Amino acid sequence: MSTVRWTRESPDHRSRTGRIAATLGGMNDTAVRVRDLRKRYGDVDAVNGVDLDIHRGEVFALLGPNGAGKSTTIEILEGHRRRTGGEVSVLGTDPGRPTRKWRGRLGIVPQTSNEQPELSVREIVAHFAGYYPRPRNVDEVIEAVGLTDKAGARLAHLSGGQRRRVDVALGIIGDPELLFLDEPTTGFDPDARRRFWRLIEGLAHGGTTILLTTHYLDEAEALADRVGVIAGGRVVEVGSPLELGGRATATARVGWLGPEGRQVLETDSPTQVVAELSQKFDGEVPELTVTRPTLEDVYLTMIGETR
Amino acid sequence: MTAAALPSPLRIGLSRGALELKVFLRERAAVIFTLGMPAILLLIFGTIFKGEVGRTGVDFRQYIAAGIIASGIMSTTFVSLGITIAQERDDGTLKRLYGTPMPRAAYFIGKTIAALVLSLLETVVLFVLGSLLFGLKPPSTPERWLTFAWVFVAGVTVCTLLGIAISSVPRSGRSAAAVLNVPYLVLQFISGVYYTFSDLPSGVQQVGALFPLKWISQGLRSALLPDTLLAAEPAHSWEHGRTGLVLAAWGVAGLVLCLTTFRWKRRRDA
Ligand SMILES: Nc1ncnc2c1ncn2[C@@H]1O[C@H](COP(=O)(O)OP(=O)(O)OP(=O)(O)O)[C@@H](O)[C@H]1O
Ligand SMILES: [Mg+2]
Repeated sequence: MSTVRWTRESPDHRSRTGRIAATLGGMNDTAVRVRDLRKRYGDVDAVNGVDLDIHRGEVFALLGPNGAGKSTTIEILEGHRRRTGGEVSVLGTDPGRPTRKWRGRLGIVPQTSNEQPELSVREIVAHFAGYYPRPRNVDEVIEAVGLTDKAGARLAHLSGGQRRRVDVALGIIGDPELLFLDEPTTGFDPDARRRFWRLIEGLAHGGTTILLTTHYLDEAEALADRVGVIAGGRVVEVGSPLELGGRATATARVGWLGPEGRQVLETDSPTQVVAELSQKFDGEVPELTVTRPTLEDVYLTMIGETR
Repeated sequence: MTAAALPSPLRIGLSRGALELKVFLRERAAVIFTLGMPAILLLIFGTIFKGEVGRTGVDFRQYIAAGIIASGIMSTTFVSLGITIAQERDDGTLKRLYGTPMPRAAYFIGKTIAALVLSLLETVVLFVLGSLLFGLKPPSTPERWLTFAWVFVAGVTVCTLLGIAISSVPRSGRSAAAVLNVPYLVLQFISGVYYTFSDLPSGVQQVGALFPLKWISQGLRSALLPDTLLAAEPAHSWEHGRTGLVLAAWGVAGLVLCLTTFRWKRRRDA
């Protein structure tokens, strides 16, 4: 990647180039295809004409405000809710008619869940492993979600974030081809979140297709190949986190400390500006910053426009 | 990719049964409440009442013990299952299972296994208590053992199916205990659990005879108590044929209800 990534570059961010190339190779191979999806609750149109294509091997993040219709959409794809209208195909199957075989290829981490508090982490993960034709190794999965120390503890004695990690473990124990994650990292501490990102990156490298929702834009940016913003039951925009909302081409702001105080210049050619500044200051430019709108800025503008 | 075979429903069902039992036995309150309640009732009623049933020479406390074993079966199956399934539906456990390749049948197999084991445990507890305190005796002949076995298995099966079926009635997990206990309490009083059945008003007897508990109680009495008791039975006969028919009818009705009305999701999650 030649584009310079600004200040928010995360230290453990890995290049996804290899994976994207792999995805492009099988571009016509669609994991999820949604056309004009609709869902009404009484007289509320929770989902109102959603179109979506998720490629195999891709990490796709759904963003959107509370009540936008993210969970409703995901639950329809998972075969949990009936749709009011539209066409849906998930791994080639209509989720309105789920089969065991199809279920065995999916992993689901719901937005809220509630496991048996009387069971230990290892017991519940091992039990769920028994449902799948080709489960992953139980201890490996527990290790992957960072619960090895707590493997023998009853769920009742886990913290909220630890219990959430059990949900993630149950979602991946069947070694799914397609993994749904509805706000998976809610309640995670920063370290657990980073670990979770690495887990997701690992799964994605292994070829798992991932559809997640999140309210953390840094998460979407770190993980997703593409982001879909959904508001009021409609998809507002789909794009890579770097390009969303014209972000890549948006005007950059170059700031520095001049003799008269803080200076800010808006420009389409920040590199040139920095070069000139460097010459002017004969080397280091004091307190130099180059910024573009963050994903959050772009997202908030986009959501603001739909209101 | 070569498709690995999905594990068989029976295997998953057995593993679910083991899991259900494990969870149940770890919930101390549930163990004490479910298993202990009928035992407490047996103690209370056995202490209050004395004497014999009519002039049959049968200790009334033994009559009650047989009835409470029947109602204990209903408690560990119908009541306990109905409540836990309603709660599992409410807290999303069922939805979670529905999202996995677990075969539906495995869930019911697991519940049935757990119900059978718990009912057996309950029956042993009540029987031991009844024999220590009130001189209740095990079935005296192989035929009576056989009667005991089929009445027990049929009773557990029917009450399990009905418990699974009725779990879809309560609107929430919290209201389940109230909803389930009403039919349970009423049936106990109209089925001759705490009284001699034939002493009940005939209208009540006729209503009681429509439901399984009366027949399970009567069936267990026929296995555990001497034939001299027949003088005090409504038909002066053990009516095994009719018992089998009534239980079979309820079993079929329960199965149909389970298959047609069982919900894996909360109402609002449709
Ligand atoms: N079972 C239901 N019955 C009626 N309305 C519902 C139901 N579930 C969701 N809704 C409504 O549908 C809309 C979309 O809800 P949904 O849960 O899909 O939002 P979301 O995007 O996942 O929000 P959040 O970020 O808060 O999780 C909301 O207006 C919500 O009130
Ligand atoms: Mg949601």
